[in-house]
Amino acid sequence: MDATAEQKYSFDVVRWFAVMAVVYVVVGALVGVYIASELAWPVLNFDSPYLSFGRLRPLHTNAVIFAFGGSVLMASAFYSVQRTCGVRLWSDKMAWFTFWGWNLIVVAAVITLPLGMTQGKEYAELEWPIDIAIAVVWLSYMFNFVMTIATRKSSHIYVSNWFFLGMMLMITYLHVVNSLAVPVSLTDSYSLFSGVQDAMIQWWWGHNAVGFYLTAGFLGIMYYFVPKQANRPVYSYRLSVIHFWALMFGYVWLGAHHLQYTALPDWTGSLGAAVSLAMIIPSWGGAVNGMMTLSGAWDKLRTDYVLRFLIMSLAFYAMSTFEGPVMSIKTVNALSHYTDWTVGHVHSGALGWVAMVGMGAIYHMIERTFHTKMYSTKMVNLHFWTATIGAVIYIVAMWVSGIMQGLMWRAYDEYGTLAYTFAESVEAMHPYYAMRAVGGIVFLLGAVIMLVNVLMTVRKSVSEGSLQQARTAAASA
Amino acid sequence: MANNVKPKSFQEKMEVNIWALIFILAIALSVCGIVEIVPLFTMKSTMEHNAAPEIVWQRKEGQTLADHKPGDGVRPYTPLELAGRAVYIREGCYTCHSQMVRPFRDEKERYGHYSLASESMYDHPFQWGSKRTGPDIARLGGKYSDDWHRKHLRAPRAVVPESVMPNYPWLKDASVDSMNIADHMSAMQLMGVPYTDADIAAANEQVAGKNEEDAVVAYLQVLGTMAKLDENKVYRE
Repeated sequence: MDATAEQKYSFDVVRWFAVMAVVYVVVGALVGVYIASELAWPVLNFDSPYLSFGRLRPLHTNAVIFAFGGSVLMASAFYSVQRTCGVRLWSDKMAWFTFWGWNLIVVAAVITLPLGMTQGKEYAELEWPIDIAIAVVWLSYMFNFVMTIATRKSSHIYVSNWFFLGMMLMITYLHVVNSLAVPVSLTDSYSLFSGVQDAMIQWWWGHNAVGFYLTAGFLGIMYYFVPKQANRPVYSYRLSVIHFWALMFGYVWLGAHHLQYTALPDWTGSLGAAVSLAMIIPSWGGAVNGMMTLSGAWDKLRTDYVLRFLIMSLAFYAMSTFEGPVMSIKTVNALSHYTDWTVGHVHSGALGWVAMVGMGAIYHMIERTFHTKMYSTKMVNLHFWTATIGAVIYIVAMWVSGIMQGLMWRAYDEYGTLAYTFAESVEAMHPYYAMRAVGGIVFLLGAVIMLVNVLMTVRKSVSEGSLQQARTAAASA
Repeated sequence: MANNVKPKSFQEKMEVNIWALIFILAIALSVCGIVEIVPLFTMKSTMEHNAAPEIVWQRKEGQTLADHKPGDGVRPYTPLELAGRAVYIREGCYTCHSQMVRPFRDEKERYGHYSLASESMYDHPFQWGSKRTGPDIARLGGKYSDDWHRKHLRAPRAVVPESVMPNYPWLKDASVDSMNIADHMSAMQLMGVPYTDADIAAANEQVAGKNEEDAVVAYLQVLGTMAKLDENKVYRE
């Protein structure tokens, strides 16, 4: 029990965001498993507009990115900025505005997306009134964060906060520009940009939703929670400085690699690919920096299950940040683009890196802010293995199906004609789509175990009265 | 604590001054947008019709959208096609179908001529897609009959047994009248799509009594048919 921290810092909003993140990862993964199953067994669409793949897929991506990812980012940024700056959040009220605003946006997404209200741009489907709400709530998050740093007691701004700040700024740019639209009605609008320009702006957003929201932000999490959980300082300060500036400057350029060989001018795609290749260096620098933080304390992995999540996430991070640049090479992209390989790549990042590091951080915060140990460490360990195995099954299924698709589409027979019809390639995917759904179910199972464990821990904290004691005990206790 | 030590390096200045950090970050994050995106709006070489004006329909005074013949060049969608496109977006068809043929031999044989930037110049938003769970449909128009499309939309596996596409039986029962397609065209006109006021005034009447299935079929049947592309001409380096 840490009564000093409880009374000094604003933990209420952190607790709520952390618990909601766990709820949302279950919801997001559940929708994911459902739509994965629809591709394996299309009868699951049930002839219902509200359950059809095309409407539920945006719900899945929005739920995992904005509901889960957003809640993790908000919980961890609000938690770590207070601890690294040695001051309470600048405004509790504004933090609650962020919490309720964000959750209302999630509710709005859950209602409008199955109704088919969409702007038709990937990961930016939500209609314009919700987009405006996102901008307002996002700015409240950033403003509170920046003002907390501005009033800090520590002399220097800690590295995790640089990453969070970079993410907040860039996402503001991206969201505002990419969502510019002319409304037709309250629930319908058309993107201000068209054709090739719209494509570039969309993928500038699309890749940086990954590069900033899901990478820079989660690297902020890594730089605070890995050293904290391992109880070791960050391996190299110098490496983190290089990692930070190279990532901030470089990642923005990558979007164009999604449009190789399309009607986007060749110079733009090649530029995107060249910078993508260069990004291996800062990405691996960051992964090494995180992993080597454990240098001399590797034995902790045997006993500390939360640390396992954090270190495994870095292994996935290193893998997918190697895979990404490879896929941006034009000859590889010619094969991989439009196939399931891309889906597999995204999920090695999303399940392996984002979810694992986020879950590690949530376990850490739940214990610190509810002032008790997890209800069951065995369940944490079980969750670790289901998450890892589920992610691996998913990724392997998509590698096989993706490369197979790419090869089947371009295969010629001895007479010089196309060897396969498109429908034959669809049929060949069936076992892998089923396998992907199984991987998703295993991962979902882990998320459910986490939810149960977290809720039981909250109950334990209440019945033990540890939170109550922390709130009321003399601060020196 | 370094409080009383004067910051030395650039990095250290950033680390003790949040406003300087925000300022420098904001600049670092903007460079790409200026170098990589802005030129796409200004460079003439981006849009092929600057060098090959025949790709785009040159509409004469008094002509209506109905006067366009396939191959005359890229034109704005008719009200019914635009309504079909709105349904296409609403149903999230872009999550499984691309509309962007790449310049490869196998794609040429499977789908047709590679896509040009000018072909989607009136597409707000673009619908190039990113995944082919189903085939590319940039040049779908005219490949199948209207009747085939209706059967396929209602029950894809009745015509393509291997398909994993959802059934869309509700389209035939939904009228496009309530969409008020003229409003959609006005929004497009505001953004520079060359609809005339007469096009918009006549729009709602032209789609009266049509259902969403009619609209989607009209949209699918026009894809890739507006401009006639020359096999031997190099439109893009």
